[in-house]
Amino acid sequence: MSAIELRGLTKVYPGGVRALDALDLVIPDGEFFALLGPSGCGKTTLLRTIAGLETATSGSVVLGERDVTNIQPGARDLAMVFQDYALFPHMDVTDNIAYPLRIKKVAKAARGDKAREVGERLGLAQLMDRRPGQLSGGQQQRVALARVMATQARAFLFDEPLSNLDARLRLEARTFLKRLQRELGVTTVFVTHDQAEALAMADRMAVMEAGHIRQVGTPAEVFQRPINTFVASFIGSTPMNLLDAVVRGDSLEVSGCKVAVPESAAGLLTDGEKIVYGVRPEYMSYSAGPAEGALGGKVSIVENLGASHLVTLEVGTASVQAVVPEGREPVPGDDGYALPRADRALAYRDGDLVAAGRGGTEAGA
Amino acid sequence: MALATSPPEAPAPPDRKTYSSDAAGLGRVRASVFAAPALLLIAVFLVFPALWVLYLSITNYRLSGVEARDPQVVGLDNFFNALVSGKFWNSTWLTVEFVLGSAVIGQVVLGFTIAWLMRDRTGPLKRLVEGLVILAWILPSAVVSFLWVALLDRDGGTLNLLLGIPGFAWLLDYPMLSIIVFNTWRGTAFSMMLYGAALGNVPPSHLESARLAGASGWQQLRDVVFPHIRGHILTNLLLISLWTFNDFTPFMLTAGGPDGKTEILAVYVYKEALIGGNLGVGAAISAIILLINLVVAVFYLRLLRRKS
Repeated sequence: MSAIELRGLTKVYPGGVRALDALDLVIPDGEFFALLGPSGCGKTTLLRTIAGLETATSGSVVLGERDVTNIQPGARDLAMVFQDYALFPHMDVTDNIAYPLRIKKVAKAARGDKAREVGERLGLAQLMDRRPGQLSGGQQQRVALARVMATQARAFLFDEPLSNLDARLRLEARTFLKRLQRELGVTTVFVTHDQAEALAMADRMAVMEAGHIRQVGTPAEVFQRPINTFVASFIGSTPMNLLDAVVRGDSLEVSGCKVAVPESAAGLLTDGEKIVYGVRPEYMSYSAGPAEGALGGKVSIVENLGASHLVTLEVGTASVQAVVPEGREPVPGDDGYALPRADRALAYRDGDLVAAGRGGTEAGA
Repeated sequence: MALATSPPEAPAPPDRKTYSSDAAGLGRVRASVFAAPALLLIAVFLVFPALWVLYLSITNYRLSGVEARDPQVVGLDNFFNALVSGKFWNSTWLTVEFVLGSAVIGQVVLGFTIAWLMRDRTGPLKRLVEGLVILAWILPSAVVSFLWVALLDRDGGTLNLLLGIPGFAWLLDYPMLSIIVFNTWRGTAFSMMLYGAALGNVPPSHLESARLAGASGWQQLRDVVFPHIRGHILTNLLLISLWTFNDFTPFMLTAGGPDGKTEILAVYVYKEALIGGNLGVGAAISAIILLINLVVAVFYLRLLRRKS
């Protein structure tokens, strides 16, 4: 087990596409780390470069104390779970799990024992003689995990480990993976495009865009204080309200309404400045009657989220969304007022967060 | 009120039945009219000649002479004579050598190797290599044969010029090797294209998974690539084995010589039936060749079906 450190890592594809642009990142030993971003942001390229399946154009990859930038993938002591699990269809479960050991010339009996031991731990004991084609998606995933665990890898790499599972199983697998990683304590990097998955599983995460890491931090930091409007709009099941605002003395004018200056930006804004005011729908309290500092307008859409509702208000020319607990939801056409929590609202100037002590680590900007 | 919903469902079963047996809705007669021209062509050009060969094989029919005018049925004599003649078995053995050397080893190994080396390449080199290989395949036999005669010629041959060994008679001293190399060169394109397509079906993640485990190039081939393309390999072997078995092109290089050293079965039949004029004997040997082809085909198809 070891930490992973990336120094100035750059990957330029033939044709000039900069998939990774001078990335610096440290993933401490034992951490469960998520690489999150929209498709094409370079997250998979980054994972594959760590694995050695792509060669870095410049910069270095360090595993523990060892610079592995120019070392073959097979000699890096890394294990990877692929999106499609990459189980060999002509081998049974035992042989699949034992495959890396077979390549490392472990004796047949010993690697069989190891495969059974790991398989049992992952609840595969009854399936050891089956072929991958006879297994369900969830079982295949556990075989892929078992194959990774059977090796003495210094770190695990997961490429979209949950995306081939159906929605229901995905939630179970999420919990299962997180528990497993905690028990094993092996440094694990996983790639996902699903922000909910990253928030739920990771100890820390990096949000990537266009070959850059935009923000690194714990899920709480990234969720509460997105470093820029890209991260703000990318993170969260319901997208953050990002509204044009003008500073008017000690308050903000948003679509004709007067709201309080976000606490994090207090004293950092100048009068008359144009900013973007950000607040998550979850951090709004909704009421049917007018309230001081609230955004008021007509309800246009009400979406059922289960235990709560997502209410869209037309405030002047802007749309504002608020999460309303069940039983208190309005109907379209009602007048509504959404009061932002000043301690959770954020101000963005030219797309970047305005705050004194900024949450998380800024990188690549 | 129940009637309102039940009628549409009632006629459904008969509807479905006609649908499955007559999807085009033509009816038996009109469908037969559409199929007839194709069936007629098959009957005239495939079924009739095959049956005719079987008939000829039990007669003493000749190109000329009394038996040409009035062939007699001689039973299985032609078959017995062929099977006890040393020439037939010699030819069969030469054919096996030719098929193993030029198809099973030459074309398959070379075709796969080129496909494997070119699998991740794009650009001019790949196009050049593939273009050359395919060119050798699509040129008419007579043209390539002439090219190879010119290449291997004893006195002014290109190969001897390149190697600086004028007077070396390839087609006389190494006739079988010559036609094996020739046919490998000639037919590799098919295997190359088939394996190229097959390799495109091997999931990259499987290869990468093996690479991460530390598998060498050979181990990746053994554990990932070959199991994945097993069906393609067998299909390829089946087709090129049969094609090569029946190939007549080597005749244009060596005419079966020298001294019968390249008299493969196709050439043997030609010499027996058309040069020697013994059409009945030639037909009998043809029938035996057909039988051997069937055995080879069944052998490969069995292997294919064993695919789990």
